[in-house]
Amino acid sequence: MAEHSYSSRRELDQYGFHPAVTVLAPLVCIVLQAILPRAFSRLDILDLPLIAVIYFAVARRNPIAGAVTGTLIGLFQDGLTGQPFGVNGIAKGVIGYIAASIGFAFDMENVLNRLILNFGFSLLQSGMLYAIGRWLLGDASYAARPLHELTRAAANAGVAIPVFYGLDRFRVRE
Amino acid sequence: MDSFLIRFKNPLVLIAIVLAQVIALAMQVQRPVRGSVPVPGAGGAPDNGHVALLRRWTVAVVTPLERAVQGTTEHVKSAWFDYVDLRDTRLQDKELQTTVARLREEQAADAEDAAQGRRLQKLLAFKEQYISSTVAAQVIGTSGSERSRVVYLDKGWADGLRPEQAVMTPEGVVGKLRDVFPHTAQVLLIDDASSGAGVVLVGSRIRGILRGTASGQVEIDNLTADSRIKPGEQVVTSGGDMVYPRGLPVGVIQSIAADPNHQPYTAIRIKTAADLDQLSEVLVVTGMQDTLPPAAQADAAQADATAEAGEKAADIVADKLPSLRGAAGVNGASGSAGGTGSTGAAGASGATGLAGAANPALPRPEPVLHPDRFSPGSTPPAVDLTPGGAAAPAEPLQPSSPK
Repeated sequence: MAEHSYSSRRELDQYGFHPAVTVLAPLVCIVLQAILPRAFSRLDILDLPLIAVIYFAVARRNPIAGAVTGTLIGLFQDGLTGQPFGVNGIAKGVIGYIAASIGFAFDMENVLNRLILNFGFSLLQSGMLYAIGRWLLGDASYAARPLHELTRAAANAGVAIPVFYGLDRFRVRE
Repeated sequence: MDSFLIRFKNPLVLIAIVLAQVIALAMQVQRPVRGSVPVPGAGGAPDNGHVALLRRWTVAVVTPLERAVQGTTEHVKSAWFDYVDLRDTRLQDKELQTTVARLREEQAADAEDAAQGRRLQKLLAFKEQYISSTVAAQVIGTSGSERSRVVYLDKGWADGLRPEQAVMTPEGVVGKLRDVFPHTAQVLLIDDASSGAGVVLVGSRIRGILRGTASGQVEIDNLTADSRIKPGEQVVTSGGDMVYPRGLPVGVIQSIAADPNHQPYTAIRIKTAADLDQLSEVLVVTGMQDTLPPAAQADAAQADATAEAGEKAADIVADKLPSLRGAAGVNGASGSAGGTGSTGAAGASGATGLAGAANPALPRPEPVLHPDRFSPGSTPPAVDLTPGGAAAPAEPLQPSSPK
């Protein structure tokens, strides 16, 4: 019987994706994020690209890959906004790195763990966006809205569960 | 050294990535944009070269997909509305006819005011700016971010759209074009934190600067507390920002509160006239001119004709009702017959005190109980006065006969 060490468990839960999935899944998330609020304005509280960043980072377990994936998705998202490039790039790059670094400590097949992780990272992103807007960009109009950010985190966590299950179908064990 | 790099490879890569983006952010924020029109909230200015190129690439990837989704949605919608959902058409038709009739009445009432306004503007040599051309466009997507209030249109540079052009709906102002691409344009909504517009409060004529907030609200934040500013007052564009034409409806004042972060100013929150959350079709103002456009000129001519017809109708009514002019004629005749001189009916009746004989439409003073030298009719004719002579007696004078 094989004895699983800490690193081997990490390797056991490491997944890869077809290049097409790696490109298309975040792209679909970004496009949906751009289209859905047009029909239902309340849906702009979601952040589907963030869910994609967390999923790919946790599945790959590679911090550099997580940071690069997060940065690219964030920069792409910045391109659609009126904000300077880098706002979402920094926030999602850091989240990709952290998600990949701590992902192996959680059983990511567990729904509760997925909920907690998405909730936490959504709050972390809100905090980073606030810090970037308020201090890096010097925009005094950024106001802390704790209740709103908690709602956003809860909504993201709720939506992340079906998205994670959908993306699970495309992963392959490495 | 090598072992250090290997050991801390991951955090070093992250630091490098973040640092590069921080530097990129600093460069984007610092660089001014040449040739851009200075407007309140200058963050809404178009990007500079390299950033614009990056944004163009991003938009080029996403907008075809948005356009495809939008096209499919529109086809489904049109199939539904054109063939299936026709149940209420007759009812709507009746309602529309009623509305048209009401609007015609209102138009007739407004025609004279409008004509008078144009005459006054001409007298004052007032330079009015009129919207001469617009391009209708459809909203195909959003920024997808709550912090950036931006939408994308299905028209771009090829359709005559340019940065800094105003975007509106029939209800009111929507925003302005920020970046324009060959077949797409980015609209910065007026509730974006970097947006701004010059506005006027219609009732009090107070001018202010409208800004968006990070939470997606629209506020005027450069006015101090003023008792004349009331909730419900309409807000229109002032035209002073050189982006939005003068007089476009913006919204109504929703609330007025002291701004704790910006004393002694108040935060006047505006409820926008256009529903910025449910935009589907918008108009981009692509041209302005000093004179009314041809179609509007035709409307104005028709309005002038309507106003003139209204005046003529009043004359016709006056002609056909002899009591109006007959009374004046009779009064004049009686005045002359009474030998009160050629001062006219009113003067004659006032002098002779023949109450009831005058034109009842004219206001007359009440009879005087204790007459003095200031009472009507107490002043003698100028020919009877002597330079340096005594003042007139207090009692009312009898009318003098012509000499």
